[in-house]
Amino acid sequence: MKTQNQRQVYGETLLDLGRKNKNIVILEADLGKSTMTCLFEREFPERFFEMGIGEANMTSFAAGLSLTGKIAFTNSFAVFAAGRAFDQIRQSISIPKLNVKITGSSAGLSDFGDGSTHQSVEDVAIMRAIPNMTVLVPADGTEVRKMTKKICEYHGPVYMRINRNDLPDVFPEDQDFEIGKSYLIRDGSDIVIYANGIMVSRALQAAEQLEKENISARVVNVSSLKPIDENSIKKFAAGIKGIVTAEEHSLIGGLASVITYILRGSGIPVSAIGIEDKFGQSAHDYDELLEAYGLTADNIVSSARELIN
Amino acid sequence: MTIDELEKTARTLRLNIIKMIGVGHKGHLGGSCSLAEIVAVLYFHKMKHDPHNPLWEERDRFLLSKGHAALIQYAALAELGYFPKEEIFKVKCLGAMLQGHPDMQTTPGVEANTGSLGQGLSIACGMAAGLRIDGKKSKVYCIIGDGEIAEGQIWEAAMTASFYKLDNLIVFLDKNRLQAMGPVVERYNTNPVPEKWKAFGWHVAETNGHNIKEIIDTLDQVEMVTGKPKIIIAHTVKGKGVSYAENVVAFHNGELTREQFDRACTELN
Repeated sequence: MKTQNQRQVYGETLLDLGRKNKNIVILEADLGKSTMTCLFEREFPERFFEMGIGEANMTSFAAGLSLTGKIAFTNSFAVFAAGRAFDQIRQSISIPKLNVKITGSSAGLSDFGDGSTHQSVEDVAIMRAIPNMTVLVPADGTEVRKMTKKICEYHGPVYMRINRNDLPDVFPEDQDFEIGKSYLIRDGSDIVIYANGIMVSRALQAAEQLEKENISARVVNVSSLKPIDENSIKKFAAGIKGIVTAEEHSLIGGLASVITYILRGSGIPVSAIGIEDKFGQSAHDYDELLEAYGLTADNIVSSARELIN
Repeated sequence: MTIDELEKTARTLRLNIIKMIGVGHKGHLGGSCSLAEIVAVLYFHKMKHDPHNPLWEERDRFLLSKGHAALIQYAALAELGYFPKEEIFKVKCLGAMLQGHPDMQTTPGVEANTGSLGQGLSIACGMAAGLRIDGKKSKVYCIIGDGEIAEGQIWEAAMTASFYKLDNLIVFLDKNRLQAMGPVVERYNTNPVPEKWKAFGWHVAETNGHNIKEIIDTLDQVEMVTGKPKIIIAHTVKGKGVSYAENVVAFHNGELTREQFDRACTELN
């Protein structure tokens, strides 16, 4: 399967958007070579702000830029972008609905080597709880490109979560991205797997395995956690025997919370795959770390199997 | 406006503050009253702005980083006709335009949402940078407090403003020497103030924050300085103009009795 790096695609897309729209400004907290905003800086230094290692000030400064008509993107690792700058996102940006985009890079466990201080298991929960905030978790590079363009057109605060490592392509090139929509990636009739981020490709692997066991699995990419089209989530569960949710995030406040809330009262059994209420840790390899936290295709398969039986 | 007229305006603004607090409700009297002359000079003399067109693109910006002093800004905006004057009698009422802290979504003339201390200065820096990208001549005036500068974000913003040479940014530090729990020097000493800002690369000036002529002269002087952000340390009295509230911590955010209310009105009329 072809893979792309979400950070690389993000950096290239910002550059592309910056060429077309003079109002785009980029803010960085000394991680430009990692978040790939360095591509934008090279061509548009006058619209690029190195804010030093100061995420709080960067976030409120972005609010100020947006108040002069700019579309401001703040960048850092997700754990700092959403965590350290929480109050600035809440007060400076979200209460007045300012046009600031917050990109949380190296999200989830994807910064596998750096350990718990640099991994974000709760960023989605924190951002979802803020009124006026849009929260997006793209599944691959293609979706990052479409999403970045779309949030640039949307007026208001957005949090977008980006993975550090290369991810398999799953989002169809000819599919438009719309904020709030969920996407059927593979159809099936027994089980529905709601997933986002890296877990969408793992859900597809699981669906292939399940097919061999005569279990037909539908895979839905829930890249928009907020807002979310509740009706389409309900529709994807119609006639289904079991629901699996799969996310690279704490089970508290992320995809599992969203789906089980929407489908409360449906009576369909649910199994949730995600990070149990704990922090990450260092590993030499991303897959090794994901496996240690149960974020695998095999785990999706066994959960689906249990739901069917 | 003449100096006399500006002095009179400052008194009117203080009277508006008292009316907004009224009897039986809490209000940030102290830190609002300490700013009356500075706000009078900015809104009624210095700044380019249009009450009939609050979003006029060429306007100067006013940001109250110490957002709890919202009453002084409301007092000025009401006098200038940004909104009907009756609104000042509805401060903090459910559904009112005038919230406990400045809200740009509800109040014409308010430029940002401030109140979580330390953030307003960063917002002001971002505005100054944005205006410069667009080649605008507008200036950004931002007011911070001497208690507020305990916030680390103030110093992040201070570094940013000098690194980016934001000389269209003029900050007033309301040095009224009291924070919510007592004297700044005793509770959490933020001194020495001028030395800190100088070390952070700012042009530093000082003024008597209740002397209209001195405030105007200082503003005119700092305007000539280019290539760095400017801060005017304004020596003020918390609760200034209301005799029983001057330098009294309890009036940081206090309630007025009927008697205190009447007395303040008499003193300010």
